[in-house]
Amino acid sequence: MRLTEEQQLLRDAVRVLADEKIAPRAAEIDRTATWPEDVRALLAKHDVFAIPFDERHGGLGSDLLTLCLAIEQISRVCATSGLILAVQALGAIPIQEAGTQEQQDRWLPGLASGEKLIAFGLTEADAGSDPSGIRTRAVRDGDEYVINGTKRFISHGSVADYVVVFAATNPDADKASRRLSAILVETDRPGFKVTRVEHKMGIRGSPTAELAFDNLRVPVANRLGEEGQGFSIAMKTFERSRPGIAAQAVGIAQGSLEVAAAYARERRQFGKPIADLQMVQAMLADMDASTESARQLLYAACEAIERGYGDAARWAAICKLVAGDAAMRVTTDAVQVLGGYGYIDEYPVERMMRDAKITQLYEGTQQIQRLIVARSLLAGS
Amino acid sequence: MQILVLTKPVPDPAAGAERLGPDNRLDRAASPTVVNGNDEYALEAALQLVEAHGGEVVILTMAPANGTETMRKALALGAVRGIHVTDEALAGADLPTTIRVLAAAAAQEPFDLLLGGLDTSDGAGGAVTAGVAACLGLPLLSAAAAIEPDPAAGRVRVRRLSARGYDLIEAPMPAVISCTQALGAPRYPSLKGIMAARSRQIASRSLADLGEGLAPADGAWATKVVASEPPVTRAAGRTITAAPADAAREIADFLADRRLI
Repeated sequence: MRLTEEQQLLRDAVRVLADEKIAPRAAEIDRTATWPEDVRALLAKHDVFAIPFDERHGGLGSDLLTLCLAIEQISRVCATSGLILAVQALGAIPIQEAGTQEQQDRWLPGLASGEKLIAFGLTEADAGSDPSGIRTRAVRDGDEYVINGTKRFISHGSVADYVVVFAATNPDADKASRRLSAILVETDRPGFKVTRVEHKMGIRGSPTAELAFDNLRVPVANRLGEEGQGFSIAMKTFERSRPGIAAQAVGIAQGSLEVAAAYARERRQFGKPIADLQMVQAMLADMDASTESARQLLYAACEAIERGYGDAARWAAICKLVAGDAAMRVTTDAVQVLGGYGYIDEYPVERMMRDAKITQLYEGTQQIQRLIVARSLLAGS
Repeated sequence: MQILVLTKPVPDPAAGAERLGPDNRLDRAASPTVVNGNDEYALEAALQLVEAHGGEVVILTMAPANGTETMRKALALGAVRGIHVTDEALAGADLPTTIRVLAAAAAQEPFDLLLGGLDTSDGAGGAVTAGVAACLGLPLLSAAAAIEPDPAAGRVRVRRLSARGYDLIEAPMPAVISCTQALGAPRYPSLKGIMAARSRQIASRSLADLGEGLAPADGAWATKVVASEPPVTRAAGRTITAAPADAAREIADFLADRRLI
C-alpha cells in the first residue's frame, strides 16, 4: 500500500520523537509503573494528539490510517505511550460520531490539543465481552441524570478529565441493546471516585482504574446521542478504535523484531554471529513476515473503514485479531532469539512480550473478534 | 527583526551513505538529505530571536532542484518562507562561486542578521558564512555560542567560542553570524508546522536572476576534487585481560610510553 506524502511526513516526524524522546523513557515507565506525564506533554506540544480531530477543533484533520501510523511508531518503542493516543481517540469517537455540534465544540478542542484527556467507560466487573450485563444506572431527575455504579478496567480512568460512561437509562427496554446511553462525565464532579488502580503484567505506565459513581449528577446535555443508543454508539466506536489497537500491536511486534535482528548480528556463538545460523534466520524471517502481513492488513482495513465500505466492524475485528496474535507470536520469538538475555530486563523484549498480551484482550478479546467476523461472514447466507 | 538563515541540504550523517560519484562530486542520489547540523543550530537561534524580539525568519539555500524537500524541513520548524537558488550551471560549484552566489541572493533580501553554520558536514570549506559577510561588506561575528541583539540600538553582541572560554564581540546590524552547537539544540517540528510548511512559499532564483559574472563559464571552477579515499582502517585494538591492578598498570604504561599521560 502506498502512503500519501502527508502520511509519510507525519509518520516520520512521530518516529523521530519516538526514537529520540520516548524510547529512552520506556524501560523506566514500565519499571516504575507510573503515568508518563512528560510523554503526554510531548505529544501535546508537537500536535500528535491533533491528528484525528477536525481542523475546526484545532486538529490536523487526518484520516484513521495516519492516526494508526502514529500509534504504530510510538508503540514500536513504548506500548504505554502508544496507548495514550489510542485511548484519546477511543474516548473522542463517541463525541465525534454522536455528539451535537455544540457538544463537539465544547469538548473536542481540549482533546485535540492534549490539554484534556478522555477515557471510555464501558466495562464493568461482570460486563466485559457482554455489555448487556451493565449495571451502572443513570436515572433522570429533571435536567440531570443521577449516576450510580462501578466501572472496571478503564484505561486512563484515573488521569482523564472526562469519561464517556455507558449506563443503563432504560433497564426494561425490550432489546438488551436499547438499555444503555452514553453520557460524558467530567471527573471533577462530586460523586466521581477512583477506587482502585490495577497492578498489571504489561502497559504498566498506563493507569487502568476502577471508577465508582455515587449519586453523581450530570446535565442531560452531557448525553451523547439519544437515550437507548449507547450500545450502538459503543459498537460504532470500536469500528474506528480497534485499528488503533492493531497499530499498537504492529508497533510492538516491529520493535521486538528490530531488537532481535540487531542482537542476532552481534551475539556470537560457535565462532560466528547467531544471525549466521539458519534456525535463527528462519525465526527472524517468520517474525518479519508476520509483522509485515499484519501491518499491510491494518493499512488496508483503515482505508476500507475510512471509505465506508459498509463492513467496517469486520475489517476492524480482522485487523485487531491478526495484529494482536502476530504481536504475541513475534515478541515471544524475540525473547527466544535473545535467549537468557531476552528474559531479563536488561533488554526490552521481555517488556514487549508482556505488553503484547494486552492487545489480545482489550477492546474485545480475540474470541469476540472471531465472533464478529463469523457473524459478518454468515449473515444473510 | 528580519533574519536570513543559510540552510544547506547535506547527506544525512545518520544514514552513513555519503559518497562521491564518478565525477568526484557528491552523489546526491546515494543518501537522504537533511539540513546541515550547524545550520540547524543557526535556525534554532534565529527562531528563538524572533520569538523574543518579533520579526520573521527566512531561509536561503543553494541546492539542486530537489533541494526544496529539505528546505520544507526547515520551514516546518518555523521559517516563514524560503529562497532557493538553483541552476544547473552551479552543479559542483567551488567555494568562491558559492559565496558570491549566496551573497548576491542575500543582497536582494532586507535583513538585520544573516546566520549560517560555522561549517557543513559534507565539505571542509568552513568559509561560506564568513565569505558572504566579506562579499557584502558586513561585520562577521564568528563561532557564536550566544546571540544578544539590541534592536533599539541597532547593535548585536555575540559570545564567541575561544580557547579561554568566550569573547564578547559587538557589531552594528546588519551583521553576519557564524553559528555553533553551543547555541543550543534545535527543536523538533510540530505536526502542524510540518503541514503548514507544505504551503509556505519557496521562491526559486536562477543565476540570471542574481546578476552577471557570479559563476565561471562552463564550470571552470578554481578547485576541483581529483580523488577521494576512505580513511585508513584502524588496526585491531589490544585487549588487556589481567587482574584489575595489573591491568591498570599496563594501561598506564601504554599511555605513558606514548606521552599521553
